[in-house]
Amino acid sequence: MDTRFDQSLQTLSDELIRMGALCEDAITAALRALLENDAHAVQTAAFLEEEINRKERDIEQLCMQLLLRYHPVASDLRNISCALKMIADMERIGDQALDIATLAGQFPLLSALAHTEIAAMAQHTMKMVRQSIDAFVRRDLQTARSVIAYDDVVDALFLEVKRGIIQMIQSESDSSEAAADLLMIAKYLERIGDHAVNIAERVAFSISGVQEE
Amino acid sequence: MIEIQNLNAYYGNFHALKNINLTFEKNEVTALIGPSGCGKSTLLKTLNRMNDLIPDFSAKGLVSLDGEDIYGSMDVNALRRRVGMVFQKPNPFPMSIYDNIAYGPRCHGVRSRVLLDSIVERSLRSAALWEEAKDCLKKSALSLSGGQQQRLCVARALAVEPEVLLMDEPTSALDPISTAKIEDLIFELKRQYSVVIVTHNMQQATRVSDKTAFFLLGEAVEFDSTDRLFSAPHDKRTEDYITGRFG
Repeated sequence: MDTRFDQSLQTLSDELIRMGALCEDAITAALRALLENDAHAVQTAAFLEEEINRKERDIEQLCMQLLLRYHPVASDLRNISCALKMIADMERIGDQALDIATLAGQFPLLSALAHTEIAAMAQHTMKMVRQSIDAFVRRDLQTARSVIAYDDVVDALFLEVKRGIIQMIQSESDSSEAAADLLMIAKYLERIGDHAVNIAERVAFSISGVQEE
Repeated sequence: MIEIQNLNAYYGNFHALKNINLTFEKNEVTALIGPSGCGKSTLLKTLNRMNDLIPDFSAKGLVSLDGEDIYGSMDVNALRRRVGMVFQKPNPFPMSIYDNIAYGPRCHGVRSRVLLDSIVERSLRSAALWEEAKDCLKKSALSLSGGQQQRLCVARALAVEPEVLLMDEPTSALDPISTAKIEDLIFELKRQYSVVIVTHNMQQATRVSDKTAFFLLGEAVEFDSTDRLFSAPHDKRTEDYITGRFG
C-alpha cells in the first residue's frame, strides 16, 4: 500500500504533467498568434501564462510541504529538488510564449520565414518541453539525455532563421521592424529550448544522482 | 584513527558482524545507521571491547587504534581511557557532579586537588555544561535534568582525555532542546576527537556526521560521505532503508 508520502509524490508528478501541458498549450497559442494573426490566441497565451504562474505557486507550496513534513532523502529528495527547478523553468516558458504572442499580435508577421523555420522551431521546442516532462514522469534517463542533445537542432534552426532575417532586411528595407520582432520571436523559442534542456538536466540528475556535464 | 579489517563478531553461533572493513578518521564524526539488530551497536561496543563483558561473544579480524591492535596486547583499561563511551540513557553515578567527572582521572591515579579541579572545569566546559553546573558542583548529579545528565556523561568521558568518543543513541531519551545542545556539542567535539555515533534518527545523522555507514543483517552495506549517502546512495538497500521503503 502506498504511504501518504508516496501519494503526495504522485500528486506532485500529476501537477507537473499539468503544468507541462499548460506550457505546450501556451507555445501553441503563441504559434497561432504568429501564423494566423489570431487576436484571440494572444488572449489565450495571456490566460495560460497566469495559469502557469498559479501552478508554479501551487507546486512550490506542495514541495515545501513535502520537505517540511517528510524530510525526504536520496531519490525522493532529488525528485523534489528537481521539481522546484523544473517549475522555475516552466514559468519562464510561459512568459516567453506570452512574449511571442504579444509581439505577433502587434504586427501581421506573415513572412515566409514565420511559416517555415520559425514554425519548425516552435514544433521542436514544444517536443523538447513535452519530452523533458515525460522523462521526469517516466524516470527515463534516455529521454532526458535525448532532449539535452536535441538542443543542437533548435540552435541550428535559430541560426538559419537569423540568416534568413538578415537577408530579409537587406532585400526589403521597409520590413526591418517586423524583421527585428521575428528575430526576437526566434530567440524566445531558442530560450524555450534552453529551458527544456535545463529541465532535462535536472531530471537526469534526479534519476541517476550524478550531475551531467 | 580506528581501522577495522575483516571483522567478524559472534554471539555464540549468531554471526552478528560479517566481514566489516571500515576506517574512522580523526576529527570526523561517523554515523552508524540501520534497523534494530543490524549490528551497529555491536560494532560500537567492539571498538572499546565492551562486548568482552558478554558471555559467548567472540570477534575475529583486526581492530586497530592508531595502528595498534586493540584485541592484541593492549590493556583494556588503557583502551577504554583512549576510547570513551556515552550511552543511550544518561547514567551518572549516584554522587556529586564533581565526583562524576573526577572519577575517571582518580581511577587513573590523579590525586592532586588542583589538577582535578582543572580537569572538572575543562571537561564541563567541553561538554557545554560549565555555566549551568559551576555553582553546584557538590550537588548530586541525579538532580540534573536528563539533557544535563547526558552532557555530564559526555564530560565524564572527556575527563580522561580520550582520542575517540563512542555515542550509542545519545539523544534518544532527550527533548529537542537538549538534543540540539548535544548535537552542537558533537560538532565542537570533532575538533579534538573522532566521534562514532549510533543513531536511529536519520536527520540527526545528516546534521552531525561527516560520514555514514549503513548496516543491515550484520553487514556494512554502504559507507560514504553523509551528503552522498543521503542524496544518492549506491546500494538499493540503503535507498530503501533511508527513504522508509524498507522490506
